[in-house]
Amino acid sequence: MSSPSQILQRIKAVFLKEMVQMRRDKMTFGMMFMMPIMQLVIFGYAINNDPKQLPTAVLVEEQSPITRTIVQGLANSNYYEFVMQTDDPRETGDLLARGKVAFVLSIPAGFTAQLLRGERPQLLIEADASDPTAASAATAQAQTIIAQALRHDLKGGLASLSGQPPPFDLVVHRKYNPEGVTAYNIVPGLLGVILTMTLAMMTGMAMTREHEYGTMENLLAMPARPGEVMVGKIAPYAFVGAAQTAVILIAAKLLFNVPFIGPLWLLLFGVMIFVVANLALGFTFSTIARTQLQAMQLTFFFFLPSLLLSGFMFPFRGMPDWAQIIGEIFPLTHFLRLVRGVMLKDVGFLQVLGELLAMGLFTAIIVAVAMLRYRRTLD
Amino acid sequence: MSDDFAIDVHGLVKRFGSKVAVDNVDLQLPRGEIWGFLGPNGSGKTTTIRMICGLLKASEGSGTCLGFDILREAAQIKALTGYMTQKFSFWGDLTIRENLEFVARLYCMPDTARTVDETLEKLELTHRQHQLADALSGGWKQRLALAAVTMHNPQLLLLDEPTAGVDPQARRDFWDEIHRLSLEGMTVLVSTHYMDEAERCDRIVYLANGRKLAQGTVPEIIEKSGLFTYQGRGPGVRRLAERLKGYPALKYVAYFGAALHISSSSREAIEAAIARETAPDVTWSETQPTLEDAFIAMMDDAGIDQREHA
Repeated sequence: MSSPSQILQRIKAVFLKEMVQMRRDKMTFGMMFMMPIMQLVIFGYAINNDPKQLPTAVLVEEQSPITRTIVQGLANSNYYEFVMQTDDPRETGDLLARGKVAFVLSIPAGFTAQLLRGERPQLLIEADASDPTAASAATAQAQTIIAQALRHDLKGGLASLSGQPPPFDLVVHRKYNPEGVTAYNIVPGLLGVILTMTLAMMTGMAMTREHEYGTMENLLAMPARPGEVMVGKIAPYAFVGAAQTAVILIAAKLLFNVPFIGPLWLLLFGVMIFVVANLALGFTFSTIARTQLQAMQLTFFFFLPSLLLSGFMFPFRGMPDWAQIIGEIFPLTHFLRLVRGVMLKDVGFLQVLGELLAMGLFTAIIVAVAMLRYRRTLD
Repeated sequence: MSDDFAIDVHGLVKRFGSKVAVDNVDLQLPRGEIWGFLGPNGSGKTTTIRMICGLLKASEGSGTCLGFDILREAAQIKALTGYMTQKFSFWGDLTIRENLEFVARLYCMPDTARTVDETLEKLELTHRQHQLADALSGGWKQRLALAAVTMHNPQLLLLDEPTAGVDPQARRDFWDEIHRLSLEGMTVLVSTHYMDEAERCDRIVYLANGRKLAQGTVPEIIEKSGLFTYQGRGPGVRRLAERLKGYPALKYVAYFGAALHISSSSREAIEAAIARETAPDVTWSETQPTLEDAFIAMMDDAGIDQREHA
């Protein structure tokens, strides 16, 4: 029989050994402290479920004190941030489709005169409802905000216009997803999330496995060049990525009825670049990590912010500027815009060219890092 | 000049941080010979082999392997060299056949299937070709590894402790195969801890603390050590051993089976010691120093404490 002091003694022995081993694995130790800090910053400061200051374009075909009050009132509400104002409908044309703005406010010609005559003219807000969360709060508040702003102008003989119903008719077009179905937003996004998760991690682990099992020495002793090893090891996972894409797209259609109105080739082209970006990322992780576990940790370390800051879980345009800038780095951010654009908004090649280039640039940098870091020798 | 040598390297130095793993090693290995690479663990054998085949970059020094510069032409060297690592480093989750196929393809060998078939037959592993490599015993793994690294008919074979942990019969078969390959013209550099294996080599190189302490045939090395060795037998040797270790002139006091070996560069010193430390039940006789006696004496001369490397 063991005495209680012997039991404690042995627990202490294991405890001390574990503490030493924990400290010695610098990467894991670092992650244990970096992860919570990163999450605190992201959840505490970057993410906003009641997104404000959403970029808005305003198409004003008529300038008057009344229209200025409306624009000013919406801007003061903090929900809208007017990033452009024009009187030419062609300029606002595809801003919404490309995701540059979340709203387009249109004030038609003759609005002021009709309002003053009590004819309740129409005011149009087109919202990008492909992300229902981003669109809902701002549009729900718009009517009240405008009516209140106008109250200051409609005084004296016009006071009768400031009562109920408001002197204008606010029409909201929830474009691309009129019913606000969350699945339309989530399911195309999942394609990007699943590809990031599996491909970066699987590639990273496949490479570090060679180091962990000691087979890397053998591989390096044989006449294979780094580029050949990289392409050969990565290619199988490209097929995995293709299979995953097919499964998700079929499920999106059959199970969730997600509309698919854009060109398939454009989506597949985007998928291809995105897959390459993630495979290269996994390969780069494997040149940093020594073990499969570390490769997995690195993947998570990258995956978490890219999940949270890409616009997958929370509205991208609702985040503060610094978070949006960080978000622009992640290929997932650009991929989500591309997938949602093609599936829900029927965008064309030129409209997603920016996203394709951003993903391409990321890939080029990552591949360069990978090639520099890949150890041709065991040094 | 370097055409006659498979390996011709000078002044090789390898540092890892502030640690010097290999310190100024020269090696001229004529084509077609089998050389043994001996020395305690951590003496720099593996590091030297890795520098020769381009897996590590030498910090200093230069040289050629099979006529190619070891610093700049690693790719050419790799194509003509077979390197068997200390630890089994083929893919345990691939079958025997798949491992061989992978190697054959990587070396761009024509007719992969036939080459692999022939190799399997030679290995007598045809009936087990679809088993996972991990399922093989130590001896078979080592045979598979040797077959895999020689499949592309390399000119030079670098073997890093190939027989560690392998049973005596398998070791003997392994060495038969090495000699057969040597007859075909392959040059072999093999590191080992086994003295009997060292004696099967044309020449041996002894490394300690990263430095080359000796090189030559077995008799040459024993001769050069200038050692005299006496052997004591009898039930009393155990008591004598501790006392004899107190004599600084005796370089080496150790058991060989039941016998006690004492060595010194001075015959008088040995005779004086055994005359003083008499025991009625111990009989002494002079014997031929072994390779091991010579190595330990050399480490002693070089100022290396052998217990650090035990």
